[in-house]
Amino acid sequence: MIETLEKPKTSTGKTLRTEEMIVNMGPQHPSTHGVLRLEVVLDGEIVTDVIPHLGYLHRCFEKHCEHMTSYQQVIPYVDRMDYVASMTNEMAYVVAAEKLLKIEVCDRVHYIRIIMAELQRIASHLIAIGTFGIDMGAFTPFLYYFRDREKILELFEMTCGARLLYNYMWIGGLSHDIPPQFVEKTKEFIVGFKKTLQEVNDLLNYNEIFIKRTANVGILPKDLAINYACSGPMLRGSGVNWDLRRDDPYTMYDKFEWDVIVGKGEMGTVGDVWDRNMVRQLEMWESLRIIEQAIATLPEGDVSKAIPKRIRPVPGDAYGRVEGPRGELGVYIIAEDSVTPYRIKARAPAFVNLSVITEISKGAMLADLVAIMGSIDIVLGEVDR
Amino acid sequence: MTAQEIYDILKAQFGEAVLEAKLENVADPFIKIAAGAIKEVSVFAKNDERFQFDYLSCLSGVDFKGKLGVTYHLYSMTLRHKIVLKVEVPTDAPNVPSVESIWKTANWHEREAFDLLGINFLEHPDQRRILLPDDWEGHPLRKDYQTPEFYNGMKVPY
Amino acid sequence: MNELKLLLENPIVMSVLLAFVPIVFILVYALVTLYGEMKVAAHIQNRLAYMENGWHGTLQPFADILKLLQKEDIIPTAADKFLFSLAPYLVFVGTYASFAVLPFSSGFIGSNIDLGILYLVAASSLVVVGLLMSGWASNNKWSLFGSLRSAAQIVSYEIPGVLAILGVVMVLGTMNMQTMTQMQDGGIQNWLIFGGNFALGQKLALIPFMFILFVIYLLSSMAEVNRTPFDLPEAESELVQGYNTEYSGMKFAIFYLAEYANLFLVSAVVVILFFGGWTSPFGSFMGGPVWSAFWFIMKGMFFVFVNIWLRWTLPRLRVDQLMYVSWKVLTPFALFCIIAIGFIMVV
Repeated sequence: MIETLEKPKTSTGKTLRTEEMIVNMGPQHPSTHGVLRLEVVLDGEIVTDVIPHLGYLHRCFEKHCEHMTSYQQVIPYVDRMDYVASMTNEMAYVVAAEKLLKIEVCDRVHYIRIIMAELQRIASHLIAIGTFGIDMGAFTPFLYYFRDREKILELFEMTCGARLLYNYMWIGGLSHDIPPQFVEKTKEFIVGFKKTLQEVNDLLNYNEIFIKRTANVGILPKDLAINYACSGPMLRGSGVNWDLRRDDPYTMYDKFEWDVIVGKGEMGTVGDVWDRNMVRQLEMWESLRIIEQAIATLPEGDVSKAIPKRIRPVPGDAYGRVEGPRGELGVYIIAEDSVTPYRIKARAPAFVNLSVITEISKGAMLADLVAIMGSIDIVLGEVDR
Repeated sequence: MTAQEIYDILKAQFGEAVLEAKLENVADPFIKIAAGAIKEVSVFAKNDERFQFDYLSCLSGVDFKGKLGVTYHLYSMTLRHKIVLKVEVPTDAPNVPSVESIWKTANWHEREAFDLLGINFLEHPDQRRILLPDDWEGHPLRKDYQTPEFYNGMKVPY
Repeated sequence: MNELKLLLENPIVMSVLLAFVPIVFILVYALVTLYGEMKVAAHIQNRLAYMENGWHGTLQPFADILKLLQKEDIIPTAADKFLFSLAPYLVFVGTYASFAVLPFSSGFIGSNIDLGILYLVAASSLVVVGLLMSGWASNNKWSLFGSLRSAAQIVSYEIPGVLAILGVVMVLGTMNMQTMTQMQDGGIQNWLIFGGNFALGQKLALIPFMFILFVIYLLSSMAEVNRTPFDLPEAESELVQGYNTEYSGMKFAIFYLAEYANLFLVSAVVVILFFGGWTSPFGSFMGGPVWSAFWFIMKGMFFVFVNIWLRWTLPRLRVDQLMYVSWKVLTPFALFCIIAIGFIMVV
């Protein structure tokens, strides 16, 4: 952090009048990743305060849900919440609804859901790191990553016909089984993708300028991260060894062998921007491990057997949460004796993670603020819902 | 720690303020707390050695037609257990003490609940609308909410 | 015929004609570089860039220019109209004026003045005034930020840049750019980066310092033209587009033109100082005025390519790191080199 310089004095000892400058970063600004608006108070290049203003992309998700005629109808809306990680959103909703309705699905459904969620995590992390690179002025890694994200989207397209908003996981099952050539194509993708991961490591993550820009910037200490309920790479980057997939297992994650990646402060302090970025980078390797295992042991079964014809739950509530690419994605469903959900609240990880920005960007420089924002990895669709 | 044990400790500590609990045959066991006592209960839940609920997973507001509810999903990073706390207040006096001073994350969640449901969080440092425009009227997630015809001269229903 | 000859001998007509050569060159070069930059960037990034208009999209730059020409020329209401309109031209004039002293070939130099390099440094400093003007007149906080950053950056980096030039001037003993080039004539071994046309001992002693000076000048020239990793004044992710945020249409095009012209200018200076200007690498083979123009432009374009290459590979520095590089790394090294060169030249 850079200390504010002392105000200049005239020869008679009077201080010169200097003013803080207030600038609006957003809603139309290249590095707010959408339509976030930050009211930034600047002392020269140094940020003295940040006031986030949200809601420019508020699409009344929760209100819409209360007007559906079926629980299944919510799924397309959930897709649109975090539009770069739709599969995970569906998973969160489906996990919560199945918990509420006490539906058991067969192992094949669990396995396919895990494969999809992990592919989606990779796709989302690719965007996160790529756009983070753009924020740092490195445009090229972004396109390298998009080339591989494209392959994941092709896999999704092959499976359910859509590239971005899938409506694939349904309560009690899946809309389709995976196509016959899916396993083969996924294996091909994994082989090719491992090369890209290494390539971008060389190009971006261990680039000297990149390290200079990100190490020791935007440090988020452990206790602050927990107090702000940060989750996902944000929390793990701060050195907290916590991952919902391991610590509160849902579907069948406990069947697989993989490691939780934790920030170690390799280039600076634990919890800095570099750590958060690196956690994402390394998590992709772990996701690949999970996918490889899941594909190798994919069980047989009917994926749409458990889909209920009509959903009318007993009154009650359930909170289901999954580890999305951005962190704990929770869906809280309250049901009454009706086919319409009474209340659905989405606990969006990006929304919660973003709330810490004021705390960690005070005293940083304007360019650091951009780095911090990129490392939080917000998707405005999810922040505003 | 099981939900039953958590309930017993809370009951012993707060007595009257712990209203009821449903611990069996539900998706998530929950404990209902009197609205006025939620802050004290939260402080206890966070600081007590046996609980250490340091992570407020989610805070949601609900409209129960005549009553407004707030649900707190608590989790402990160190002890890896969880519990759900619920409070209810009448719609005409929707005052709930803020837990912002205990879990900073509650700040935005409470602003959201205030914005969409009109729950008034006492002692909240910065209670403004968060998702809707500052000059929006009404709280849309209330069950009796009527969509306004116009907002700043723009037609709302389409 | 006689009349034409008389006309050509008229100094005013001659100056106008001479002045025309660089501007024609800049326009053609800008089109080529526009196309080249897009193609180089695309191939670095696994893309193809323009493929539709003409063979491999070769007509695309013309379309781009046409588009910019057609665009409405917007001046924000709150802007200072006079300064706002003046700024891009001032930026361009600063760059264009410097082209006067560039020896394009052994037979062509706009103005063969003895203080060539000094004039070049002075004239290209005019760019800063234009940038500051554009940022201030736009009445936009991001623009102001961009222009302040750019002024600070250009002024800081001019110091190591000029020190590096000073080192070369000490070696060659002249500031006339044509003479500088002629002194490196006679093949690749006589270029200053390889020690210049001196006795062997002196030559070997000079090589390391020349190399350091070359790197210093290359870095500071990149900073002066605001290219990545020093593109802070127009850092898109931070400052939207920096000083030219509010510009559109032809004024924006002129900024662009000036940027590209400036890019060639600094590359040309690198070439003249360290890589023998228009001299052929093979001595008198492939020499002569036309060939020398070819060599000059090719060498210049090579360094333009290096700039493009770095731009699409590296991330961007932060303001304080940028200043650190200039004041605490480049300047001390440059001073050290100057002292060392002084000793070498005396001994």
